Amino acid sequence: MAFYRPARYQKPFVILLLLALLVLPPALYAWGQAFYIGFATRILIFALAASSLNLVLGFGGMFSLGHAAFFGAGAYVAALCMDNGISDALLAFPLAMTVAGLLALVVGAISLRTRGVYFIMITLAFAQMTYYLFVSARVLGGDDGLPLAGRMTLGGLSLTSDGALFYSALGCLALVMTFLGRLADARFGRTIQAIRDNEARMEALGYPVFRYRLVCFVLGGALAGLAGALLANLTGLASPNLLQWTQSGTLLVMVIIGGVGYLYGGVIGALVLLCLEEVLVGFTLHWHIGLGLMLIAIVLFAPRGVAALFGKSNG
Amino acid sequence: MAEALLEVRGLSRRFAAVDALKEVDISVDAGEIHALIGPNGAGKTTFIHHVSGALQPDRGSVHFAGRDVTRLSMHQRVAAGMARSYQITNVFLGLSVLDNVALAVQGRPDAGGSFRFWKPVSSEQWLFDEARGYLDQVGLSARVETVAGNLAHGEQRALELAMALATKPQLLLLDEPMAGTGQEESTRMVELIDHLARHVTILLVEHDMDAVFRLADRISVLVDGRLIATGAPEAVRADPDVRRAYLGDHL
Repeated sequence: MAFYRPARYQKPFVILLLLALLVLPPALYAWGQAFYIGFATRILIFALAASSLNLVLGFGGMFSLGHAAFFGAGAYVAALCMDNGISDALLAFPLAMTVAGLLALVVGAISLRTRGVYFIMITLAFAQMTYYLFVSARVLGGDDGLPLAGRMTLGGLSLTSDGALFYSALGCLALVMTFLGRLADARFGRTIQAIRDNEARMEALGYPVFRYRLVCFVLGGALAGLAGALLANLTGLASPNLLQWTQSGTLLVMVIIGGVGYLYGGVIGALVLLCLEEVLVGFTLHWHIGLGLMLIAIVLFAPRGVAALFGKSNG
Repeated sequence: MAEALLEVRGLSRRFAAVDALKEVDISVDAGEIHALIGPNGAGKTTFIHHVSGALQPDRGSVHFAGRDVTRLSMHQRVAAGMARSYQITNVFLGLSVLDNVALAVQGRPDAGGSFRFWKPVSSEQWLFDEARGYLDQVGLSARVETVAGNLAHGEQRALELAMALATKPQLLLLDEPMAGTGQEESTRMVELIDHLARHVTILLVEHDMDAVFRLADRISVLVDGRLIATGAPEAVRADPDVRRAYLGDHL
């Protein structure tokens, strides 16, 4: 594959979208649909989580089935921070990222010695171990998870209102997407993309492949931790469900329908999947069937993801 | 006599019940073109894999530039000054010719590493300037913007060589650089290797005997994983063991 290059008109499109999102909360209030602010925040958070997986999978070529472990760990760190009087997100979020990143460091340092289906299985195994560890730890609330006493503050600003949390999630996502966009085009991004395409050749060019892969994996884990911390604030709960392997599966589905290896693949995937879910739930109890059919259609008609429809970028 | 740049001693490797390499001693002097020849399946590529670090030997040692590199990984050996090309073309087919070589320049230890997350590579003009220099050397300067997958086979061989050169090696391990090339292309490749040899030591695995005898300062002959002869081309050509085991009436 070629190196990632943004599609034509991507930049103006993203700026327009950002402006639209900035006026979304007041608009929803005006229409009396404030309930949807929470839903929109959820999309932003999952967009962030899926983008973190896209860094690992789409750019780094590492098919991790354990990404939920880092997502969930971030949520638990947020809950533990609240319990222990750290209620400022400026401290709690970096802490969540650090813990999730360290967890990814341990998992990656071992898993990245394997390849292919073994890598998938070992990341899955680590994630499930993390899940059972958290469920069996009484201090972490066991099956019930850890509730948050309230929402955090962001540098003194309360996130209690849905609007404030929406804007924080939007800010985080915008920062992360800017970072990932720069990264893709910088030396590191080229390196991991080339490793994805031909690992042995990169080794033969003198690149310490393992190290670059590991750093990519850890970065992805840390960003997933950030998403987890945001989600805990939204739902008021660090739930063990977030650590389940099905959660990893959901993130994978988002990346795949959005576009593996496209910068905005995770964002598009989260938007499409959560919106489909929301719409279908309104129609029928058996919404999973509808969702499955839609996903099959997407994979058939846009096999490289929805992002690929917006223009050639990944030759 | 020149000092040995590469010193391989007692290299042995078994695959299942087969001795792929058995007690192979080869030394390559600084500045020479040392050809490694032998029939198909003699273990030539396996030998290159062990020298480059892609495989680890069961026994034996590899010394490079006075240093024991037997346990070093491939990327560490590249950083130490060893570069290889592949028998089967191994370039980034989706990338432009220039990007392929720029990637090789970027990977060099003196390029400062690739843990850079913010500055676009396109702003690092020197990477591409250097890459163009290597593409000039191999005669690909007219093809810099072409996607590597669209190059002719011979051009891909040349690109492979440019990437190896861009790592600034002291020792170049060339695994059948002429493989699959036409008469004209291989003539050009011989000239190119001859030219490169002024700056870099070369260990050349090649089936094209005309090329080998034109280029090599010394030749080693591998048969069934064993070294049966090593020496000056004329001595090897005259060696009765070599004639019997491999060259037969070709010479």
